[in-house]
Amino acid sequence: MEALGTEWALDWIRRSAAVIAENKGELSALDRAIGDGDHGENLDRGFRAVIAKLEGASPETPGAVLKLVATTLISTVGGASGPLLGTAYLKGAQAAGDAPGLDGAAVVSLLTAARDGVVARGKAEPGDKTMVDAWTPAVDAATRALGGGGDASAVLEAAAIAAAAGAEATEPLIAHKGRASYLGERAIGHRDPGAQSSALQLRAAADAATGA
Amino acid sequence: MPVGIVFVSHSARIAAGIVDLAAQMAPSVPLVAAGGTDDGGIGTSYDRVVAAIAEADRGQGVLLIGDLGSAVLTAETAVDLLDESPAGGVRVLDVPIVEGGVAAAVAAESGADLDAVVRAASGESASDAPSGSGSSPSAETTVVLADPEGLHARPAAALVRLVAGFDARVTVNGADASSLLRIIALGLRHGEQVTVHAQGDHAGQVVDAVSALLAGRRA
Repeated sequence: MEALGTEWALDWIRRSAAVIAENKGELSALDRAIGDGDHGENLDRGFRAVIAKLEGASPETPGAVLKLVATTLISTVGGASGPLLGTAYLKGAQAAGDAPGLDGAAVVSLLTAARDGVVARGKAEPGDKTMVDAWTPAVDAATRALGGGGDASAVLEAAAIAAAAGAEATEPLIAHKGRASYLGERAIGHRDPGAQSSALQLRAAADAATGA
Repeated sequence: MPVGIVFVSHSARIAAGIVDLAAQMAPSVPLVAAGGTDDGGIGTSYDRVVAAIAEADRGQGVLLIGDLGSAVLTAETAVDLLDESPAGGVRVLDVPIVEGGVAAAVAAESGADLDAVVRAASGESASDAPSGSGSSPSAETTVVLADPEGLHARPAAALVRLVAGFDARVTVNGADASSLLRIIALGLRHGEQVTVHAQGDHAGQVVDAVSALLAGRRA
């Protein structure tokens, strides 16, 4: 069982940037249905800024990588997603600390701190049709995988699968937070874009761990 | 130095407009607009908020008021990540940005501390004067409102500032005179009877001063 180091964190973020760029049209389409229609473009702008920053910096730990991601997303994404996602990465970075490598337990701590940060910032609960609906099942599944003896890769794989299912499960929900909450029942039938983009980023984290 | 106030809006023009409005009633308060995105679009900018906090900070604390949901999120995130927090403290409020902002500015103009400015913006009493023990002197008088426009925002702000200078708890037709929002909510019109009541060491003086203001006389 190898701990996940700085290379993994960098690969995670590069894969996230690529998958967000690839899916920005779809994310904005989801956002047009129940929000203001700019989620994909905003997130793509943020991750492009992150990649540019990473080229000029040489973070030495996974925590340092995530901290750079956090501050860049907060100042470039805008809307609610910038502060929320930025907080997730920032709390994740703080949980990772200065450790050069993260084992399964450290990855679960990172994901838990990230989710708790989003919940504290946005005050959304599971079922409110927000990114929390991807993060919370991801944390629960990661915790179960760790309990079953899973290593860091297995923990991330479990988190990624649960996040994708969680994002899909936002479709029948009425939104209770964010712009979509103004729509009432008209939000039913549409997947939450923030949950979807969070699931994509967690899938990138898992794939970076296995080199898939 | 007064408490500083930052207006975080999705729109640069909304933020700038509230600064204009509040400055009319609170000319010496550092009022700073943080509206719109870095490229001038609709949205909120973390960097603008951080810069605005520094500009509004004169040592007595800074209050940030946001308009819609994510403006408050951006403000809270900026406050959490400040390298150096304002020495006088910093608070983020999710209140109606125009009404709460003007009430906060008027309280800050009258020298209120950050806690009292927060209370004013929330529509609570800005006064921390004791709520009138039975032993402190009280005074009351009734006057006829002279202002032909009624007790609208500007004279109401003048009233709140005036009351702040006295050691007494003052009500106008039962409404707490340290709260701009409550005074405006009375909707007092020209010619109406207004009862001014005060309790505290300065009760007599403040009732004289307030009734002079309302009746259009010099105190």
